[in-house]
Order: sequence, then C-alpha cells, then structure tokens
Amino acid sequence: MSAIQPPAETVWWRQPLDKVEGTWISIALVWSLIMFFMMPFWHIYGKQNLSSEAYKTTPQAFLAKTQAMVDQYTVRTETDLKLPVVKPPPGSDVYLAGRLWQWYPLLELEKGQTYRLHISSLDWQHGFSLQPVNINTQILPGYEMVLTITPDTSDEQTIICNEFCGAGHHNMVGKIYVTEGGS
Amino acid sequence: MSKPLFRTCPETGLQYHKPAEMLMKAHAVVAVVILLLGGIAALLVTLTRWPTVHLLPADRFYQLLTSHGVNMLIFWIISFEIAVLYFCSSTLLKCRLATPRVAWVGFTLMLAGIIINNAAIANGDASVMMTSYVPMPANPNFYLGLILFAVGALVGCFVFLGTLVIAKEEKTYEGSIPLVTFGALTACIIAVFTIASGAIVLVPTWLWSLGYINNIDAAMYRIVWWALGHSSQQINVAAHVAVWYAIAAIVFGARPLSEKVSRMAFFLYIAFLQLASAHHLLVDPGLSAEWKIFNTSYAMYLAVLASMVHGLTVPGSIEVAQRAKGFTNGLFEWLRKAPWGNPVFAGMFISLIGFGFIGGISGVVMGTEQINIIIHNTIYVPGHFHATVVIGTTLAFMSLTYFLIPTLFRKQVAFAGLAKWQPYLFGIGMSVFTLAMMGAGTLGVERRHWDMAFTNSALGFDYPASAYTLMGIVGISGVLAILGGAIYILVTVVSVFFGKPVESESSFGIAFGHVERADPIVVPDGGHEAAGKWGLAAPGTFLLAMFFLVIFVLYYAVNWKYLASVWPMS
Repeated sequence: MSAIQPPAETVWWRQPLDKVEGTWISIALVWSLIMFFMMPFWHIYGKQNLSSEAYKTTPQAFLAKTQAMVDQYTVRTETDLKLPVVKPPPGSDVYLAGRLWQWYPLLELEKGQTYRLHISSLDWQHGFSLQPVNINTQILPGYEMVLTITPDTSDEQTIICNEFCGAGHHNMVGKIYVTEGGS
Repeated sequence: MSKPLFRTCPETGLQYHKPAEMLMKAHAVVAVVILLLGGIAALLVTLTRWPTVHLLPADRFYQLLTSHGVNMLIFWIISFEIAVLYFCSSTLLKCRLATPRVAWVGFTLMLAGIIINNAAIANGDASVMMTSYVPMPANPNFYLGLILFAVGALVGCFVFLGTLVIAKEEKTYEGSIPLVTFGALTACIIAVFTIASGAIVLVPTWLWSLGYINNIDAAMYRIVWWALGHSSQQINVAAHVAVWYAIAAIVFGARPLSEKVSRMAFFLYIAFLQLASAHHLLVDPGLSAEWKIFNTSYAMYLAVLASMVHGLTVPGSIEVAQRAKGFTNGLFEWLRKAPWGNPVFAGMFISLIGFGFIGGISGVVMGTEQINIIIHNTIYVPGHFHATVVIGTTLAFMSLTYFLIPTLFRKQVAFAGLAKWQPYLFGIGMSVFTLAMMGAGTLGVERRHWDMAFTNSALGFDYPASAYTLMGIVGISGVLAILGGAIYILVTVVSVFFGKPVESESSFGIAFGHVERADPIVVPDGGHEAAGKWGLAAPGTFLLAMFFLVIFVLYYAVNWKYLASVWPMS
C-alpha cells in the first residue's frame, strides 16, 4: 500500500529493514556522533570558544563602569562627534556599550595581547559583529557578557550592529583599532 | 432527503467530506492571498538589498521586512498547513471532519489575527521584525494578532486530532493510519508545543506593551520566543516531508521502503526537533556551553539523522516504484524517466534536493556551537532558512497545489505550460538566491540591514567588492524566484476562480503521467533487491545519499578551518 493508505501489513513493525536503509542509517548515525563530539573536542583543543561568563547588570551600572574606563584611558577623539578612542592596558577589563545607535567607546588594542572584553546594551537588543575578522555575538540589556579575546591581526576592525534595533540600526558602527605591540 | 456528505473524486478515488472540503478550500485560499502579500513585500525588500537598486527608504524597508517575515513564515505556511492537516485526516482516512463548526471558529480567529497583525504593521509602529525582541516596543495589536492567529491554529490542530479519534472509533480504515497522516500527526504535535510556547511568551509581551507588566527579561524572552520561532519551522519540516511522501505515493504509487523506519524518523522529530531553538541562542550571554551543545545538536543530532533518513527513503521509495515498472537500466534510469514535465513531481523533487543539500547542510553547520560565531545574524542565516522554508516547504506546498486544483477544487490547471516551468524557475532562482546570500554572509554582510555601504554613518566600513557582487546576485535571483512565485499565484487564482471544471482525468490541464490508484507494488521474487543492484533495492538513491554525505563532510570541515582563522577567544 502506498504512503497515503494504511500499511498493508497490520504488523508493519515486523517487516525487516531493507539493506539500503540499514546501511544509510548506520553511516548517518556515525556522522551525527562525529559532529556531536566535535563541539566538546573544540572546547578542549580549539582556540575559538565563546565563554559562558556573564553577569546580570543594569544599564546604569554598566555605563558607570564604561565611563570610568573612558575617563582614565582615552587617548584621542575622532570625527565631529568627538568620539573617545580608549586604549586600555593589556590584560585589563575593557567595557563596550551598545546603545541607540552607537558603540561606546572606540577601542584601541594591541596585537597579541589578551583583554577581557565586557559587552552589554544600555537599551534594546544589539548584535556585536566585528568585521572583517567576522566575530558575532548577541548583546542583551541587563546582561554583561565577558569575552576573553586576543587580537592576532593588526588592522582596523569595525563593529557593526547586526541585531535590528530600530530606525538608525544601519548607522550603528564602532571601531576596534589593533596596533602592533609595544608602540 | 439530506445531501450526501461525501464526494468521491472519480479520478483518484479520494473521498472528500464536504464540510472538510469547504474548510480546506478556505484555508488554502487565505494562504495564497497571504503569499501574494508576502511576495510583494519580498520583491520590495529584495530590490532594496540589491545594492545598485536600493529602492526603499530605511523605515519602509524595515516595515516591509517585518511584514514579509510574519506573513510568510507564520501566516502563509500555517494557513496552508491547516488545510494539509484536514486533508491528511478527513480525506486520507475517508472520515468526517470532527466539529466543522468549531473548525470555522478556528478559521475566523486565524483570519482575524492575520488582519489585526497586518493592520498594526501597516500602521508603521510595529516594524520590529518577526522576532519582536523586547524591549523594542510594538503596537499592542501586533502581538494580539499573533495570539489570535495562534489560538485559531490550535483549534485546527484539535479538530485534526478529533478527526483521528472519530476515524478510529468509526473504523473508517484498518490497521494503522497511513504514513502521510502519521507525518501530519507529527506536525500537529509539534504545532501544539509551538503554539503553547507562543502563548507563554506573547501573552505577557502583549500585556507589557499595554503597560500591565513592567519588564520582560530579554534573555528569557529569547529562549521562550524561539520555542515558538524555531519550532514553527519544524512544523513545516514535518509537514513538507509528509507532503513528499504523499506526492511520491500520488505520482508513482510509491510505498515506503519500510513503514518502521519512516515512522521512527517522524518520531525522532517529535522527540528532538524542538531542541533546535537553541540554534538562535548560541552566542547569547549567560547560557552554558553544555546547554548549547546538547540542545543545538538535537541531542546528538538525532533529528538530523531523521531528516537524513527521510532524504533517503522518499527518493528510495520512488526508485523502487520506478524499477518495479521496468525502469531498471543503470543506476538512474528511474530518475531520468521520471515525469519532469509534471510540476507536482518536479516541484517535490527540487524541494527535496534543495532542502537537503542547501538548507540541511547549512543548518547543521551554522548550528554548530562554535561555528555560529562566524555566522550569527549575518545574511547567511536568511540564506539558510530560505533554503529550508522556501525551497523545502513552500515549493512542496506549491507542488501539492497542482494536485489539489483538479482533485479538491475540481478545476483544470490554467496556463498549464507556465505551470510546468514554475517549479524550475522558483526552485532554481531560490537556490541561487540562497547560495549567494550564504556567500555574502560568509563575508560578514549582515541580515536585517538597510545599508551595507553605511553612507550615513559617522564611521564607515567597506565590504569587499565580492560582497557587493554577491548581493547583486541575490537581487537578480531573488527577482527571478519571485517571478516564479507570481506564476504560482496566477495559475492558482485563475484556475480556482475562473478555471474550467474538470470532466475527466485527461482534462486536469497538466499531464500527470497518470494519477496512481496506488495499487500495492508487486514486490519481485527475491524481494526489492532483485530489481536493484549491489543487493540494494535503491542503489541510485544510495549513491545520491553518499554524494550528499561527501558534500556535507567537506563543507563542515571548511567551516571549522575558517573558524580557526579568527581571533582566539575563550
């Protein structure tokens, strides 16, 4: 009987498996298991893993921490808007706030150094998309995510917002400048 | 004397319960109207993302993108699915539909929801995308419309379940329900889960938008919302796989290779498919790696395994049916001599290939916990889900429509010549569209973004020229696919409302080959294998499956390699 009719044999579950199905199921199962174990494997041996370190926060508290860093480590300002460029010491905690429609502040990091980058939103949901290196994470208000990053290219990286956040979403651009170490 | 409640389709032998027939028609017609609406939005959105055209202003673009998402992913598909549920219960089981009046209440709620939600979007203060992530606010009617629609769909699910009970009670069939109905039951069970999640997240959000609730946690919203947002697409998977089996049965009289395997695969969907809402949360703050790995892999990829099984057994069952008819030369005569001029078959087969090769592989790759870092929210994501939902589900439903026009609506298929080409134009246009989107996404082009040139931004960014080329290809192929969609709507609307009535099978308007009466296929002496090769019943399909696996493994490996090139992080 065809697939739109009740099975011909009432005890259809006794019908033996065809070889083509049995073989394919075994192969597909093995492949599924390989893909599954690849993820924990990468946590142990791979270098690109998102930490699950995150804290509850509030926009006020996060902005205060960000502003403290800006006040201490600003090295110059850019554009007519006088956006601060902050150069925090290597190994330090770096704060980056997403808000409508800006990444605050601009950052300057050194190649080969490790930073603890804290990111949160001060209002709606945002998306942190670092281009062209292509690192993407979700940024939520009320949650402070901590990424431990080690820039290994010295160039200008752009932070684009890739979660829709209203009318000015497409203008929400920030920068991470990566300089050669020791400069 | 009361009018007879059943009508038997003289060509196919299908029995239609008249109240069920009316409901199927109503749901299908609403679905196609919504498809038209979503299609117009699709055209305008595509023409805006095509960099050299860049048609709409930003606010209009975000408004139409919201409309496109909601209408296509929710209203079109679920409306059509309710028609499919009624067909798979009432028609396939030759049973009266349970409580048609209640079903009409469901229909009315769904229609009201569609209108209220669309009115809110048209009003301009609900351009929040389908996901409506809090705390970005929308007009309260945006949520209300979705809630009403969901309640209506839930009513439809229970009418379906009630019909199964009646059919069993009144013994309208013997033994077990057909495989296709089993697939529809899978879709229904997932739908109930989905709609419950939708209520849990959208009712408080609606109250929040009205000012009765103070705060909705953004992370909590995302977890529960995706149990609606992703699972609703899993309804589609179960439904369109059921449609594939149905079309294999209708066109070839194919019987499942084994009932046990196909039903087990559907059962794996019920058990594991919903875990995939984690795919959207892989780079969210606050979720542990263990949680992500377990859920994103559907517990060790058991639902992927199920799809790989269907991907083998559907064409495998066609191969066996074709071989039994004598198309036994070589590995692929059964496929070469398939009725490629019949849009019911052509659409279904393109749907199967596109869903597996493009949608399936990209979905698993981007759903890998770490690889998601290089893909999340880039335009790769809509590239992936247009392959699953548009090539997979929508094209499968379009193919089924060409069968329903003569048998359910009793009308000849109008513009039969165009209808024959429609699946190719739509399927191939959409395949190029999705591949180009994935390419652009790999280069970091964002989704839901009005201006990849950042013209009005204080700090700009230049994408490489190849990204612009790929987005140009997205534009051109998108327009071609939309043209294919327009032909589908034209054929359907003209056939249904102005078409000539069907008199006999030869007047269906399109060559079906012939509609199979679905006699059991005679298994040759020595079992299926006797007709196949290498001791396999379906050697051609097996070779195709191995080819699929090779592409899968290579693409998976390439993406790990790409991931390894980005900044180290932990």
